[in-house]
Amino acid sequence: MNEAVVRLENVTKQFGAAGVTALQDVDLDIGPGEFVSLIGPSGCGKSTLLRIVGDLIQPTTGEVVVNGKSAHQARVDRDYGIVFQDSVLFDWRTVAKNIGLPLELAGWSGGRRRARVQEMLELVELSGFEDHHPWQLSGGMQQRVSIARALSFEPALLLMDEPFGALDEMTRERLNLELLRIWEASGSTVIFVTHSISEAVFLSTRVVVMSPRPGRITGIVDVDLPQPRTTRTREEPRFAELIREVRQTLRAGGGFEADEDDHEEERLIAAEEGL
Amino acid sequence: MAASVVAERAPAEGGRRARAVALQAGQLLAVLGGLWALWEAFKWVGEATELRLGNFQVNDRTLPHLHDIVGTLFEPSRRNGPLLIDVLFDAALFTAKEAALGFALGALFGFSIAVVLAHSALLQRGFLPYIVASQTVPILAIAPMVVVWVNPKMPPALKDWGAVAVIAAYLTFFPVAINTLRGLRSADPRALELMRSYASSTWAVLWKVRVPASLPYLFAALKVSATASVVGAIIGELPASVQDGLGGAILNFNQYYASAPTRLWATNLVAAALGISFFLLVVAAERIVVRRAPENVA
Repeated sequence: MNEAVVRLENVTKQFGAAGVTALQDVDLDIGPGEFVSLIGPSGCGKSTLLRIVGDLIQPTTGEVVVNGKSAHQARVDRDYGIVFQDSVLFDWRTVAKNIGLPLELAGWSGGRRRARVQEMLELVELSGFEDHHPWQLSGGMQQRVSIARALSFEPALLLMDEPFGALDEMTRERLNLELLRIWEASGSTVIFVTHSISEAVFLSTRVVVMSPRPGRITGIVDVDLPQPRTTRTREEPRFAELIREVRQTLRAGGGFEADEDDHEEERLIAAEEGL
Repeated sequence: MAASVVAERAPAEGGRRARAVALQAGQLLAVLGGLWALWEAFKWVGEATELRLGNFQVNDRTLPHLHDIVGTLFEPSRRNGPLLIDVLFDAALFTAKEAALGFALGALFGFSIAVVLAHSALLQRGFLPYIVASQTVPILAIAPMVVVWVNPKMPPALKDWGAVAVIAAYLTFFPVAINTLRGLRSADPRALELMRSYASSTWAVLWKVRVPASLPYLFAALKVSATASVVGAIIGELPASVQDGLGGAILNFNQYYASAPTRLWATNLVAAALGISFFLLVVAAERIVVRRAPENVA
């Protein structure tokens, strides 16, 4: 009945009985093929929001609709590909078997799986590394494997939680370009959590700016930089303008005042999931 | 740019390996030599000063020369009988059979308990204290009851020594259960989230994430259990009146200690060797099974 891939209505999240409000009244529509970044200070609930979309935790109130279904149904239908800050690869599996894990779980036959894994390796430019173990790869390569795994089963929605946060600046910029290429090739919708304003502007079609706790959307910046983006994009005056715009929106929402414990959100999430 | 990451390791691998093996062998010999020197030095000093520790006095009966102990192995066990080492080797094989069955039973039981407890906080709270309590009961107090209960129910193939395996299992299962439980719960929370996002079953999470994550813990436990199962089998032989194993040999040579002390010492040596072989087998299995980043191998 509507086109939005993700529709959030009045989503509020309180953790535990103490009632730490991580998110308050979040409304957001994300269309097909969009690349939306969530940006905000530590503890603004962006990771929480991502997990609510992915049905990893439940909102206290409000509604989440993904592809016209409940988030739970979308998860059961395997509509989500997730990439975390740590690549979360399994040491005991080769690169190929790591990428093939979701396909294995979905019951694909061995032959079909191998063919798809080869395709994915080509996509992230890691052909020839299928028999390596994760610890033999650099951090950037590990993260590319993690992206290949998330995309292997062609999920409608790619959820990325600071995927390049642990990488050095150079690797990060290279992977940004690579991610855009993959995004264009796969046509999937991306929700991307980041700390970096320039990364958000460079990658996104829209940047969603959030305030410190309780997390609220304080502004949305449309990024009208031309596609495809290149290394030159960062040098354009419009790029600098958009960065200023995001900074101003962040400041207006109090984003530069907070200096919160980033791990608190992680702990709350972990406790919620009973991990 | 990428291929070089791994290619660097290949050359000179063979030479380095040979050197590492030689170094290890050298270290082993040095340690054994050091222990031998300590033993003989203590004996020499003890005899020269007529050292007394309570009733213990150092002499050839209480503390024979190491070379005499080893020498005994190659003398007949009784007049015109087979060499002692042959007798003890057969006994060790018999005990190994009991210990291996006990080890397998105990490991399987311990692992199963851990899997069940890992999935239920309620069961964990309810049962874990009793599992811990089970280990505070001395094995010697339980062994005779196990023999009475278990042996009559054993199939012919396990007649007489089935109970010994059960006693060995009793010592094996505990470290396996505790460590596996911890290992199953050590899985990366992000990995569990990932599996959830793939809508995977509890069963798939268990076999594809939790169990592989627990393997280093499991093997740490199996190393402890491997030697414990041998001790359990030897102790179990006593109340079960099993004559054919090392426990029987120890009991037997204990009676003749006054006249032939080196035989008991030699039996202990063989028992230790059996325990060490069990341990090494587990280490070898670990090398084959556990695929981990080199720095993560326990």
